[in-house]
Amino acid sequence: MIKVALMLVFFICCSTGGEIAMTHGMKQVGEPGSFRPLTMLRFIGTAMRNEWIWVALPLLGASFYSLLILLSWAPLSVVIPASAFNYVVGTFGAKYLLRERVSVKRWMGVVMVCVGVALVLLTSTN
Amino acid sequence: MCVVLVMVVCANIGDLMLKLGMVQIGAVHISVSGVWRALLSTIHNGTIWLGILFLIGFTLTYMTAVSWADYSYVMPVGAFGYAIQTMLAVVVLREAVTAQRWVGVVLIVTGVLLVGQTHPSTTSTKPVMS
Repeated sequence: MIKVALMLVFFICCSTGGEIAMTHGMKQVGEPGSFRPLTMLRFIGTAMRNEWIWVALPLLGASFYSLLILLSWAPLSVVIPASAFNYVVGTFGAKYLLRERVSVKRWMGVVMVCVGVALVLLTSTN
Repeated sequence: MCVVLVMVVCANIGDLMLKLGMVQIGAVHISVSGVWRALLSTIHNGTIWLGILFLIGFTLTYMTAVSWADYSYVMPVGAFGYAIQTMLAVVVLREAVTAQRWVGVVLIVTGVLLVGQTHPSTTSTKPVMS
């Protein structure tokens, strides 16, 4: 259980860190303007020159590989529900890194996800 | 509605395929050689690639769905995915899911639904970290 929980923390840190870096990078890059192929190519080129995108990509790669490791260790009915812990870390990241406003309702949801993930993880050795 | 249905199918089948692929590969041993061997095995595993294809399908249909429908319409489908996935684990993989785990899954689904009920934008588009 400890091994699964530690890998889950690594997976969540990589995926949330990757998503926050990607969000920050894409906010710097801005909107593509239109979905025409040439505009999109130029948009991808601009995104690829942003250092935050290059922080995000390896983190997202590591998160995918750690998900595969988790799936090799624990049942699907544990790994996928437990991956919802992403929402908890994501909410803290959104509040303290991206300075977003977080409602009381959202904090209640975060507490419910925490309790739910704890219950699911406790059954991972059954 | 059709796009959302395809989105749900792609997400669930994708995760299921990843699990089946990792069952074929076996438990990954945490050491440099163990992780490297597992990485090579995943690259050569067709089931993993099938899972990745389904997950790409999920990303595309998700992007399409949120561009047409409200996020508040699409998001609950993602939340219920945790319950659908647990159901699939029982039916397809014959996993034993205890009542305690089901209670946990229900709490997670409810929690994710609450987290998702937030205004889509609470900040300006101007970056604040730099």
